[in-house]
Amino acid sequence: MNVVTKLSPKDYATDQEVRWCPGCGDYAILKGVQRTMSDLEADPEKTVFISGIGCAARFPYYMETYGFHTIHGRAAAVATGTKLANPDLEIWLVSGDGDSLSIGGNHLLHLLRRDIDINYLLFNNEIYGLTKGQMSPTSRRGTVSPSSPRGSMDAPVHAIAFALGAGARFVARTYDVAQPHMIATLKRAHAHRGTSFVEILQNCIVYNPDVFADITDKAVASDHQIHLEHGAPLLFGKENEKGLRLDPRTLSIEAVTLGENGVTETDILVHDETNPVLASLIAKMAPPHLPEALGVIYCAADAAPQPEKAERPSSEVMAERLNALMRMGHTWHVG
Amino acid sequence: MTVQLKDSAKHNKTPADREVLESAVVRFAGDSGDGMQLTGAQFTVSSAVAGNDLVTFPDFPAEIRAPVGTTFGVSTFQINFGTREIRTAGDTLDVLVAMNPAGLITNLEDLREDGLLIIDENTFQERNLKKAGYETNPLEDGSLAKYRVMTLEISKYAQNAAKAVENVEITNKESVRTKNMWALGLVLWLFDRDTVVTKERLEQKFAKLPDIAKINVAALVAGHAFGETMELAPGASAYHVPPAELPAGEYRNVTGSQGICWGLATGAHLAGLELVYCSYPITPASNMLHILAGMAEDLGVKTFQAEDEIAAATAAIGASYAGGIGVTGSSGPGVALKTEAIGLACAAELPMIIVNAQRGGPSTGLPTKTEQSDLYQSVYGRNADSPLVVLAAHSPGDCYYMAVEAVRLATKYMTPVILLSDGYLANSSEPWSVPDVSSMQPFGVTTTTVPENFEPFMRDPKTLARPWVVPGTPGGIHRIGGLERAQGSGNVSYDPDNHQEMTDLRAAKIRGIAHDIPEQTVERGDAEGDIAVVGWGSTFGPINRAVENLRDEGLSVSHVHINHIWPLPANLKDVLEKFPKILVPEMNNGQLVNLLRAEYLLPAESLPKVSGKPFKVSEIEDAVRSRLGENE
Repeated sequence: MNVVTKLSPKDYATDQEVRWCPGCGDYAILKGVQRTMSDLEADPEKTVFISGIGCAARFPYYMETYGFHTIHGRAAAVATGTKLANPDLEIWLVSGDGDSLSIGGNHLLHLLRRDIDINYLLFNNEIYGLTKGQMSPTSRRGTVSPSSPRGSMDAPVHAIAFALGAGARFVARTYDVAQPHMIATLKRAHAHRGTSFVEILQNCIVYNPDVFADITDKAVASDHQIHLEHGAPLLFGKENEKGLRLDPRTLSIEAVTLGENGVTETDILVHDETNPVLASLIAKMAPPHLPEALGVIYCAADAAPQPEKAERPSSEVMAERLNALMRMGHTWHVG
Repeated sequence: MTVQLKDSAKHNKTPADREVLESAVVRFAGDSGDGMQLTGAQFTVSSAVAGNDLVTFPDFPAEIRAPVGTTFGVSTFQINFGTREIRTAGDTLDVLVAMNPAGLITNLEDLREDGLLIIDENTFQERNLKKAGYETNPLEDGSLAKYRVMTLEISKYAQNAAKAVENVEITNKESVRTKNMWALGLVLWLFDRDTVVTKERLEQKFAKLPDIAKINVAALVAGHAFGETMELAPGASAYHVPPAELPAGEYRNVTGSQGICWGLATGAHLAGLELVYCSYPITPASNMLHILAGMAEDLGVKTFQAEDEIAAATAAIGASYAGGIGVTGSSGPGVALKTEAIGLACAAELPMIIVNAQRGGPSTGLPTKTEQSDLYQSVYGRNADSPLVVLAAHSPGDCYYMAVEAVRLATKYMTPVILLSDGYLANSSEPWSVPDVSSMQPFGVTTTTVPENFEPFMRDPKTLARPWVVPGTPGGIHRIGGLERAQGSGNVSYDPDNHQEMTDLRAAKIRGIAHDIPEQTVERGDAEGDIAVVGWGSTFGPINRAVENLRDEGLSVSHVHINHIWPLPANLKDVLEKFPKILVPEMNNGQLVNLLRAEYLLPAESLPKVSGKPFKVSEIEDAVRSRLGENE
């Protein structure tokens, strides 16, 4: 097939029956990713989706690109090897919260610090879905589940704070049904050279329904979300009447209303996605007192160098080089 | 000073009045900070350059710097070199160099009666004697009477030599640390070697520390000169070991780790692929990571030091998926962590190589001691029915060819291959006829050819391998994974009949390799006889020498050595059935023996040894004699 015309989102879908529960947030993410591929005019033959284990990890089977469904927690390591062997490939990694932050936590840490050019999509639903509903490393304290019938006692991992702590150079957050926002965020992730870490809040309709309702419900969305834009003041609310201000006495962020208590727009923080200190402050904001930050939280100003595919010399040259290698040091002739 | 070298009336003498020996075994023993490994390595290079055949055996503690003077801190380097073919590091020592009491007490039992003992008497003070466990000074209590003893003030002589060097700034400590080079100088003289090669090496090694280079060279030369001017007892002589008659060729000294690394690089070259070596540091496999990382990038080699053993294995799989040859190297405990990943390579049918430099176990076990107890782990050690290829190298030079073979089989059959070496093979060395890579036949591997009517799990009717089509290939888009997949299409399938068929196919593919590997031969001896001694891996040397010796005595014994552990060679059963008795010496508690019994229902008997040390020739000889009803 000689592709000249732009592929539509449908062209990135396989003929395989999608086997997520009806109403699962994964459907919306799949749709958003296929639209992103189409908008980016991604070459399916140079695109690889790599996943670990879990509901999210079925994703590659549904993408008409190259794909590898690997083992639990190890997608980041497999993807690292894939990128090492062929830096020309465009790699998207799909993983859930258990896959990424429990069994695969070590690999995610090292992928981020190495900054290998991979787009990492963390589908966070704060629960183990495929194994039928146990608490996950991102479950909130008190989560009642088959493995925590009296409520979980563990403090949750904060995915974005973890990524920033590991030295991630691109960190963003979006959620499943926010299609235009998700697509825009994924495009930014794609444009970044290095590991792009995107947390996608994803609703598990069976085992953890509506866990993000206090962020995503239409009734509260404008007060509980802040959409980040580099260089723009950090405003939110229906009429952008609220904003974020730094409290210098406590080095913390507070929500304020413009016009109240003498607050003007000059008091409001301006988003600088290249500022790691600001990123760490806004990353952990959560309702009800502060809005959840959505969009690009951090994008390092300077791109890290990425390896390029090396040309292989001819077979004759390679044989000569190997012969020379094995004759370095002391050799002697017999006969 | 007592010097009493052996009377040599029955041997021919060289013009220099040296006794000519067919072979000799020398061991340097000292504290792990005394530089015994460097000393042994230098003596090895000199012996190799002098044209001897040789085998070395470095043995050192797991602790990097164990407390000074303790028995567990002793580091040794043994070399067997000769004018005849050398197959082992030697059972008993002809010469033992003991740099301190701990080195003496832990190694003396291996010195033959009348053997030469060279001792640094400066270290035999009360404190060191006590640490080593001596109640009386062995230099004074007559307990060394059955050996020929040279007690020398090696530390003092070395220090004097170092201090005599003009225009250098050195500390006392640095000057006394040259004692190993002084001892080396003396042993070089003892075996009729000059100091040229060692001088060159020292100057290279200490290129950035010219003062240190100078004092070490001074100590070396002083030790050598000491030998030259030493007055020997009447009738005594030093030695000469003439060059060995090796087949014609260009030779070098090679360790097992070098053999494997160069073999992997050569195999990747023959497959037309990049070698991607992914590893996590572990003894005794780390050397392979160092060697490959040190190779120039233009040799088609990439290395990746992963965050853990699992990442190393899965990154290797990712590399193979993308069209490199993914290799992960480790030792038993590390391979245990990789097993789930290896199962993925079995299921997804991707090439992958796992090198296991085996060590003593279980668990952390004996990190620096050799063992070959991971055969079960290699053949059986995964969940479910997950067959793969297992190869075992039997000498440092053979490591090269088995690594090439591992790449050939992994890429031809789209399968993981486990290549077994061990701590002994990894560190020991032998002279090796360096191959010519340009004369080797390429494997003809394709990764970007999309067959007609392509399906990811269509199969070559002959090999049963699926096609290797890597991401980036036009017209080859497909998905693979660890879920069971439909034969042909590769789509996820829970169909019961399909699972049976795929399980059978995976097994048949590996079993079929038995017809694509060399036929089993008898390594030494006749094709029929009273007893076959069957080995694998690094037991090759002692078994081969033992069988040769026993055949010289007139016993009907043969040596069969298995390099392809799984699948076993197709004719192996026929070979073994010609012998009523089968003895299987292994550095484990009996693993190959049970594999052979299970496969062939043959009366194979185990000869296990798990002391962390290789077999002695005599141990195998004794065992065979007792099986044949001979008096020991």
